[in-house]
Amino acid sequence: MRELMLGNKAVARGLYEAGCCVISSYPGTPSTEITEEAAKYPEIYCEWAPNEKVALEVAHGAAVGGRRAACCMKHVGLNVAADPLFTISYQGVESGLVICVADDPGMFSSQNEQDSRHYAIAAKVPMLEPSDSQEALDFAKRAFALSEEYHTPILLRMCTRISHSQSIVERGERHEVPKKEYHKDPQRVMMTTNSLKAHYRVEERTKAMTELAETTDLNRTELGEDRSVGIITSSTTYQYVREVFGEKASVLKLGLSWPMPVQKIRDFAAQVDKVLVIEELEPIIENHCRQIGVEVTGKEVIPMVDELTQGVVARSLGRDPKPTLTLADEIPGRPPVMCAGCPHRGVFYALSKNKCMVYGDIGCYTLGVMPPLNAMDLNICMGASCSGLHGFNLAGGADHEKHSVAVIGDSTFAHSGITGITDIAYNRSNSTVIILDNSITGMTGHQQNPTTGKTLRGDPAGKIDLEALCHAVGFDRVRVVDPNQLKETEKVLKEELAAEEPSVIITRSPCVMLKSVKKAPPLQVVAENCNGCGLCMKIGCPALTLPKSKGVVEIDRTQCVGCRQCMQMCHRDALVV
Amino acid sequence: METVNIMIVGVGGQGSLLASKMLGHLLVAQGYDVKVSEVHGMSQRGGSVVTYVRFGDKVYSPIIDKGEADFIVSFELLEAARWIEYLKPTGTIVTNTQEMEPMPVIAGLAKYPENLVEKMGALGVTVDAMDCLALAEQAGSPKAVNMVLMGRLSHYFPDIPAEAWQASLEANVPPKVLDLNKVAFALGQQG
Repeated sequence: MRELMLGNKAVARGLYEAGCCVISSYPGTPSTEITEEAAKYPEIYCEWAPNEKVALEVAHGAAVGGRRAACCMKHVGLNVAADPLFTISYQGVESGLVICVADDPGMFSSQNEQDSRHYAIAAKVPMLEPSDSQEALDFAKRAFALSEEYHTPILLRMCTRISHSQSIVERGERHEVPKKEYHKDPQRVMMTTNSLKAHYRVEERTKAMTELAETTDLNRTELGEDRSVGIITSSTTYQYVREVFGEKASVLKLGLSWPMPVQKIRDFAAQVDKVLVIEELEPIIENHCRQIGVEVTGKEVIPMVDELTQGVVARSLGRDPKPTLTLADEIPGRPPVMCAGCPHRGVFYALSKNKCMVYGDIGCYTLGVMPPLNAMDLNICMGASCSGLHGFNLAGGADHEKHSVAVIGDSTFAHSGITGITDIAYNRSNSTVIILDNSITGMTGHQQNPTTGKTLRGDPAGKIDLEALCHAVGFDRVRVVDPNQLKETEKVLKEELAAEEPSVIITRSPCVMLKSVKKAPPLQVVAENCNGCGLCMKIGCPALTLPKSKGVVEIDRTQCVGCRQCMQMCHRDALVV
Repeated sequence: METVNIMIVGVGGQGSLLASKMLGHLLVAQGYDVKVSEVHGMSQRGGSVVTYVRFGDKVYSPIIDKGEADFIVSFELLEAARWIEYLKPTGTIVTNTQEMEPMPVIAGLAKYPENLVEKMGALGVTVDAMDCLALAEQAGSPKAVNMVLMGRLSHYFPDIPAEAWQASLEANVPPKVLDLNKVAFALGQQG
C-alpha cells in the first residue's frame, strides 16, 4: 500500500520491521517522533531515559543482552552520548545496535548547527543517511543487518527535512529475530590490552566497510546524459540536486556516508568532466575527495551555514533567482512566545522586574528572552544553567550572587541539572537555582520524564521527589512556590537571593497545554475600569492586546485559559473572572 | 505534469497540520507523487508556521523555495503577506482575513500593516480573501478555519472530484466533529 509517511515514523517502522525489541531515547526536535511512533508497536519496549548518555548505554546493554536495540536523539544529544559512543565502537555488538541522530541544519529548534557526520569519523562508527521516507524505513532495516554483520553500532543520520517531511512509502512485515544467548567474554572489559586489541579490530572493521562502500547499493552512481559535471551528494541535498539539475544530471549519491568509498568516487570522477560536491553543513565528502586525490568544487560556492534548499543550490552555482514579489510594508516578525497561561511567565516577570541576571537552559522557557520580559542573559546546553551560574558567581562574589539565578525545567534538570546543583551544594556556592517544574517535557511536545511519575506510554512510573533530591545533595534551603501567584513568587525570589547559602526554588504548576489540566473560563474586561495604562501588558501574554484605537485592553477568548496572572497586575479591577 | 506547490501558512496552534494531512491524503489517493514538509518544535509556540505540500508525477525536494509557490493558503492575513516572496508572480493567495497581532506588535515595538488584501492584490496576484473565522463559527467551531480554507482551495482544482475531497475529510477529521467540519468545508467552498 502506498502511503504518505513522516520520515521519523518511517524510521520507527523500519526499526519495527527489523525486529527491534528495545528503544531507549531522550526527546529532542527533530528526532522525537521516532520513539513516539515506535512506542505504538507493542512488540518494542520503548522508554524515555533521563538523557542520551543513559539512553545509549541502555540500548547497548540490550544489544549485549541479545536483543536488537536502538536509541534516538537530536544532534546535540549525541554530544551527551559521545562518551559511551566511542567505547561502544571499540567493544562492538553481537545483536544489532542502531543510533538514530537527527541534525537540525537551519536550527529550527536547536542551539547550534553541528554536523553529526563528524562523530561517525571520530568514533569510527559507520553511518547511513536516508534521503526520503522510503529510504528512512529501508536504511533502518539495513542498519541492523550491517550492525550484526560487522559487529558495530550504526549511526542513522536524519535531518529536519527528512525527519519532518512526508513522502510515499511501502511498508513491509516485521521479521522477528530470536534472542541471542549471552556468553561471558573477558575481551569486553575495556582496559589496556583489551582496548588495544579492540582498536585493531575497529581499524580492520573500517577497512572491511570501506570495501563494502565500493560495492553496496547504498551508494548509487546515477550516470545521466549530461556528463559535463558530476555531483556527489547525500541526504536531503540529493533531492535539491535533482530538483535543480533534473534527470539528465550525473550524480553519485552516498547512502553509506561513512566510511566513504575510494575507487567508486575515482571511477565516477573519471566519467564526468568535473566534480561538484553539494552537501549541507560541513565539507565532509569534499575533504574525503581531496584526500583521495579527486579534484572537486565544494564549499567555495556552496554555503557552510544554514540549511540548503533548491534555491540556495541554484543561486550558489550562479543561476538567476526566480522572480519574486515584495510588499513595501515592513512585516513584523512573529517569533514563538510562551503560551497564554504559561506558568513560567510568572517567574520571568519576577526576574524581569528585579533585573536579575538569568542563566537560562534548554526548553520552552528559553522564550523568556522575548520582549517584553527580556528575562534571559544566556544559555548553552542542557544543565549548563546550574553549573554556569556557580562559575558566574565565583567571578563576581556578592555583587553577582544577589542578582543572579539559574532557571531550568524539570526534564532538563533530570537530564543534566542534578550534577550542576550538586557542585553548588558541595562547594557551598551562594547560588540560587530555580527549577521550573511544569510536570512535563514541554518544548518537544509533552513527553513524560523521571519527574512526572509516568512512563512514555503513560503508565505509572517511578518519580523523582525534587525537594528530597535537593535536600539529599546538600541544600538546606528548598522553597516551593506557585508561579501563578505573582507576589508570592517575587517574595520568595527576593528572600532566596538575599540568603547567604545555596538555595533552590521550585516553581510548581503544570503546563497549561496538558490535556489533563482543566482550563478556567477566559477572563472578562470591565471596559469602564480600564484606563489603558498597559500595566497588564508587561507580562507579555499573547492573549492580551491593547489596541490604540480603543484605549482599553482586549482578551482573545480563544487563547485565554484564565490563569489570572494579568488580573494581579491590574490596580483598577479591569480584568475579572 | 509540472509539480504543483502549495504553502499552508499560519500561526502555531491554528490547525495547519490537519489541513496538510488532509491534503496529502487526498493527493496520494489521486495517484500523485506527493511530499509534505512541516516544521515542529520551537516555532509551534505561537510563532509563524509553514507547511509545504508538493505534488505531481515526480517530486524531489520536500520544500518550496522563493518564487515557486502556486498557492499560499493562509490562516492569518499577516502570514499571507510574510510569505508572499515565495509565491509565483502568477500565483494565488487563499487567505483568512483574521488578524492576529504578533508579540512585537502587542509589545508596541512594531505596527501591523494596513490594507494588506488590497496591497497584495496590487502586485497582480489573485487574492481570494474571506473571513474564515466567521464561517467556522457559523459551522459550529472557531477551530474549523482549516476546513473553511480547504473548502475554498478545492475550487482551484476542478479535476479533483468533490467526493475525493469528502473522503479525505472523513478520513482525517475525528468522527465527533465530522459534521461541523463538513459544514465548514461547504461554507468555504461557497465563499
